[in-house]
Amino acid sequence: MADLNTEEGMTRRSFLRATTAATAGAAALTSALAPLQKLDDFPSVDEFIQKHYTELSPEQLSAVLKRIENEVQKQYGIRPHVRALKPMNGVEYVYALNLSRCCGCRKCVHACVAENNQSRSPEIQYIRVLKMPNDGTFDLERGDHNYNPESVPVPGHFFMPIQCHHCKNPPCVKVCPVKATWQEPDGITVIDYNWCIGCRYCEAACPYFARRFNFTEPSIPKDKINPNMSYLGNRPRHKGVMEKCHFCVQRTREGRYPACLEACPTGSRKFGNVLDPESEVSYILKNKRVMVLKEELGTLPRFFYYFDI
Amino acid sequence: MKRYLYFWKRCIQNAFIGDWRYYGWLGALLIVILFGVNAYAKQYLLGLGTTGMSDQVSWGVYIANFTFLVGMAAAAVMLVIPVYIYKNEELHDLVIFGELLAVAAILMCLAFVTVDLGRPDRFWHLIPGIGIFHFPGSMLSWDVLVLNGYLLINLHICGYDIYCRYCGRKPSRWLSIPFVFLGILWAVSIHTVTAFLYVGLGGRHFWNSAVLGPRFIASAFTAGPAFIILTLQVIRRYSDYIVPDRALFTLRNIVQIAMPINMFLLINELFTEFYTTDHNSASSQYLFVGLHGHHALVPWIWTAVGLNLTSMVLLMLPLSRRLVWLDAACVLAVLGIWIEKGMGMVVPGFVPTPIGEIVEYTPSKNEVLICLGIWAFGFFCYTIFLRMAVPILMGKVTRANEPASTQFV
Repeated sequence: MADLNTEEGMTRRSFLRATTAATAGAAALTSALAPLQKLDDFPSVDEFIQKHYTELSPEQLSAVLKRIENEVQKQYGIRPHVRALKPMNGVEYVYALNLSRCCGCRKCVHACVAENNQSRSPEIQYIRVLKMPNDGTFDLERGDHNYNPESVPVPGHFFMPIQCHHCKNPPCVKVCPVKATWQEPDGITVIDYNWCIGCRYCEAACPYFARRFNFTEPSIPKDKINPNMSYLGNRPRHKGVMEKCHFCVQRTREGRYPACLEACPTGSRKFGNVLDPESEVSYILKNKRVMVLKEELGTLPRFFYYFDI
Repeated sequence: MKRYLYFWKRCIQNAFIGDWRYYGWLGALLIVILFGVNAYAKQYLLGLGTTGMSDQVSWGVYIANFTFLVGMAAAAVMLVIPVYIYKNEELHDLVIFGELLAVAAILMCLAFVTVDLGRPDRFWHLIPGIGIFHFPGSMLSWDVLVLNGYLLINLHICGYDIYCRYCGRKPSRWLSIPFVFLGILWAVSIHTVTAFLYVGLGGRHFWNSAVLGPRFIASAFTAGPAFIILTLQVIRRYSDYIVPDRALFTLRNIVQIAMPINMFLLINELFTEFYTTDHNSASSQYLFVGLHGHHALVPWIWTAVGLNLTSMVLLMLPLSRRLVWLDAACVLAVLGIWIEKGMGMVVPGFVPTPIGEIVEYTPSKNEVLICLGIWAFGFFCYTIFLRMAVPILMGKVTRANEPASTQFV
């Protein structure tokens, strides 16, 4: 125990000692922080102070879109067109997937990766296809996630693609502490990649394993960039934020189909406006045998599985 | 105000007074902290890919340690209860040691959450008023509120008490007692809210259990006082402060009650999970017996159960009235609960994934270095806090002995 009587006043010796210690400490701290010298993606001031997507005025939004176009051009050498398409009135999207037809070819997975500028290394994919044994089970634990057969379909098995279910009662939206993910009026659950803090609570909350986190800076070959981009959709992401299927918002909000649907060779994928009684999805919901995954959780998915009858 | 600032100046001076052992200890901690800072700099540069986490197991040792330490912080009030509710005044000073431990633990919690963020630069998005704070919807926003509130309450209680002691006056009842009781309630709330972070996820059956909250409280009120028993003996040994044995045995009583409750709740959980053989118990199977050939956590959890059981037996036996055995029981309890609540609670919630994939998790070296750095930071803070507080509590540093020459600098 120290002698407390000497506490007052600083002698020359103790001053020297303190200075030496402080210098050594500063030097040690500097070398500990040395890895940060390589840091080149520190956010710009504009990016740092940018407001939440829903709070941007039209002028601020167009400035943000311009800035993002510049950032993408700088990084990938391609001038993209980044839009912020609004949801259409009277539209609520739903997806229907025919489990009787899906052959497990994973063309949807790759079309999605190409359309949505997903990282190729590490690989990020929004759609996970399960190979399920056709022996009276729906237990997902018996699904094979890494199946790799010579050819598909595989006798004795059926295939079950899973992606974001765009729930009406989304657990991910509920848990996000900063409202960086929310449900748009057309039923699409989106993420503001510039607002997400990367806590991954939504990823823990999602019962469908639909969310993907950028654990490192994503990498996409320059010639693979899809320049038709949207703010809430397929613009390139950075490390440290969440992403997931957004029903190809850059396509569907201008009346086109999602990329996964267009790529499907078996016609298992159906997409449309459930508020339109004449739409294909309305027909399926009314006339086919339809189920949703994990209905007991009360998430009310907008992604339905159906069977041919 | 000047007087108050001068009090702080003397506190800081106190922190620099010590023999070679003191400086050696702080120096060693600083080295570990610097290794942690270096590891975090790497993580900041390259992203969370430097950890062992994945999309499948998206929380790991950071959140595990966070959860454990929220419990340690909450348990600090276990010293308050005997003093204020049972009027055991001779333990009064020990309350301050508990509160200071809570402050250090909360600082560590905040550090663990921060290193877990993918975009720590966007931290301000969480600040109510400037950012968008999803309250009361997100349990994480509740956690931010209760943890920071708890930090402030404890800073106030011990800061005010120590300052009064320094000034040689009795603390005003109105400025201390209400906060002490608020602190007790708040302590329970921080750990309950932290449990609700997990319990609230309907898609994760392993966590979505009503008994998780009570288990959190019971395990915290075991590991916390056990840790304080050890800490008090360190204080007694390395300072002139006299900690009565009675204090240690009061805490022993608390651990004696909390540990069996903790084990009882665990049995309840195990029964529910294993007797009904439904598919919602896959995570528990993975944890306790392994699942489809994957059993990375099985040795961990059985070690934890073994440690807890041994500790419980020791605590129940009269043997643990001897300090050596009491200390052994406490060490076992702290280790056992750290494993049970960390690797044994956070990780299995992710295995298998909600769509049945099994990906195991092992923390990376970088991740472990960051954890060690934060632990060292916590010990560093607590050491400094004690070094500031002990001379004042002992009446060695008071306003009365302020040197006249340096008064009101």
